[in-house]
Amino acid sequence: MTPILDIKNLCKSYGPVEILKDINVSIVPGDFLVLVGPSGCGKSTLLNCIAGLEPISGGDLFIGGRNMTNVSPKDRDIAMVFQSYALYPTMSVAKNITFGMKVRGVDQATQKAKLAEVSKQLQIEPLLNRRPGQLSGGQRQRVAMGRALVRDPKLFLFDEPLSNLDAKLRVEMRTEIKRLHHDLGASMVYVTHDQIEAMTLASKIVVMKGGVIQQIGTPAEIYNRPQNLFVADFMGSPAMNLIPAKAQKNGNGTKIKIDREAGGPLVLTDTNNPDLPEDVILGLRPEDIAEAGYRTGEHVQTANCLVDIVEPAGADTFVVSQLGGKEVTARLHAETKATPGQPLEFAFDLGKVSYFEPESGQRVS
Amino acid sequence: MTDYAAPSAYASRQRSRTGQIALRWLLYALLCLFALYYLMPLFVMVTTSLKSLEEIRTGSLVSLPRKVTFDAWATAWSGACTGIQCEGLRPYFLNSMMLAIPAVALSTLFGALNGYVIAQWRFKGANLIFSLMLFGCFIPFQVVLLPMARVLGMMGLAGTIPGLIFVHVIYGLGFTTLFFRNYYVSIPNELVKAAKVDGAGFFRIFWSIFLPLSLPIIVVTVIWQFTQIWNDFLFGVSFSQAGTQPVTVALNNIVNSTTGVKEYNVDMAAAIIAALPTLLVYIVAGKYFIRGLTAGSVKG
Ligand SMILES: Nc1ncnc2c1ncn2[C@@H]1O[C@H](COP(=O)(O)OP(=O)(O)OP(=O)(O)O)[C@@H](O)[C@H]1O
Ligand SMILES: [Mg+2]
Repeated sequence: MTPILDIKNLCKSYGPVEILKDINVSIVPGDFLVLVGPSGCGKSTLLNCIAGLEPISGGDLFIGGRNMTNVSPKDRDIAMVFQSYALYPTMSVAKNITFGMKVRGVDQATQKAKLAEVSKQLQIEPLLNRRPGQLSGGQRQRVAMGRALVRDPKLFLFDEPLSNLDAKLRVEMRTEIKRLHHDLGASMVYVTHDQIEAMTLASKIVVMKGGVIQQIGTPAEIYNRPQNLFVADFMGSPAMNLIPAKAQKNGNGTKIKIDREAGGPLVLTDTNNPDLPEDVILGLRPEDIAEAGYRTGEHVQTANCLVDIVEPAGADTFVVSQLGGKEVTARLHAETKATPGQPLEFAFDLGKVSYFEPESGQRVS
Repeated sequence: MTDYAAPSAYASRQRSRTGQIALRWLLYALLCLFALYYLMPLFVMVTTSLKSLEEIRTGSLVSLPRKVTFDAWATAWSGACTGIQCEGLRPYFLNSMMLAIPAVALSTLFGALNGYVIAQWRFKGANLIFSLMLFGCFIPFQVVLLPMARVLGMMGLAGTIPGLIFVHVIYGLGFTTLFFRNYYVSIPNELVKAAKVDGAGFFRIFWSIFLPLSLPIIVVTVIWQFTQIWNDFLFGVSFSQAGTQPVTVALNNIVNSTTGVKEYNVDMAAAIIAALPTLLVYIVAGKYFIRGLTAGSVKG
């Protein structure tokens, strides 16, 4: 299948400052690409480059197989929701939404029908005659969404379209977008800071840092096999535990030694990963550390650790203890008997473990 | 100690309150004085224009007219002599209208377009061009008289009203561009981006999105340009000929060309007539003028 969006070696600088460095991304029709990364890493800039609103300094950009590097935005067949909404201040909500259709010469009847459809979808029917200045942040955001949704473009670009909505509406809109994506089979590029949005919506996630792509993969790949310490730490909440450890070959397994507050080092035996460097960082998600007896499996190993803090969070209880000089969070069941200051037997699921090279931060297995 | 301090603090507070009130009254008095000073000439002009020549000769300058007569106004409008012709101000007033209205409209429109391009469609050298245009605001007009006369001659517009319009549009552009550029620069560039994605082009975006936003700054520009162009004397006297002179030049001619008895009442009436349109523009649009000058960014 020809990719709907194909970015090859894209670079972007503002004067001497390089914002995007050698970006390569490709998605097929129907893909939902989510861009995540810390603030200022260049996500909005990348969207602007895809839309043709910022000239790129190097590389090529194809949409639907056509080289769009020098094509103007209106001919790229895209719709975009801006981070700052960018609603036209002197037009009513209805005019804002239909402006694009009007410019493109869509007939009145279709305009009306489309407007009615999206305003229902986005729950903004009572607002249609207001000016943007008379709307709340969340309402403006929905109008901005509406402006994109009335179109039927090759590619949707969303820049944090739900960031200003309340929790309930956000979940509704998330489902709405997912449904939309499913129904239209539309291709989307979506920027978000919300981990759950990223995991639930994406068919592909791009993690960026400082204008460089750190990893591209499905949500499961990104979550389970992060390519480096940055991705491991950035994705997931609470973050993955990254514990300094010493590895030692031992028969057909590897002994993993981790410093512990009391009772000498904690020793685990990993039979999956025979070739580890001596110094490693062991990465284990909170949900892969359970209370002994609550987790079974081939690679589960148990050990005693001192409990520092217990944080009940409703469905789960988070328990923090000290390992390898780091705070390690475990996600236990709600009824756990863990008490601060007391030792508890934990179950470590080494089947889910990631190892990283401490110097380079790269994944070793 | 504190027992004594309290009443004395009270007294000093009291004293400073009286001081403040006195200061305020002083301020008001001063302001009234200034206002009087400014209004005095207008008062004299209006009263004089309503007196007969006889009364002017015998009465005092600041006294109210004993018998109000509009003869001087009628003469100023349609009978006063500007040299050999004695048609009053009327034809010249019309000249000024025909000159000022298109010149104001064109210079405002072009200023808006320039400002829009410079503020929202950043291109290489935009800042340089803007600086050069700003520089144009500060060129003394005396410098350009001769070259401009030559250019007008080459264009075949010498001594015509279109020629004067051309001159005023060109020399107004610096200011109008400055006004609009400063106004548009505070409007987020995302608006242009969103409209581009929506498929709108350069003029569409200007017409549908930026012009509707611009009312306050349009008012400011129109007032400014109208005042400048209507009141202009230098260009008017340099680039016009017998039939095409603007009202300011005619006024000068009326005042200077009377022989024999000086008809002060006619001169005053003519001066007021010549100044009336600018006054009117201020009164009608002045509210927006202040608002436009202080209007900041556009939210939403
Ligand atoms: N016009 C510009 N000129 C110079 N630098 C810019 C310009 N626009 C953006 N930048 C810089 O480019 C970098 C990336 O900005 P961008 O807006 O893409 O970040 P982002 O990833 O979208 O961040 P956020 O999550 O906060 O929205 C930032 O460091 C920013 O300062
Ligand atoms: Mg951004």
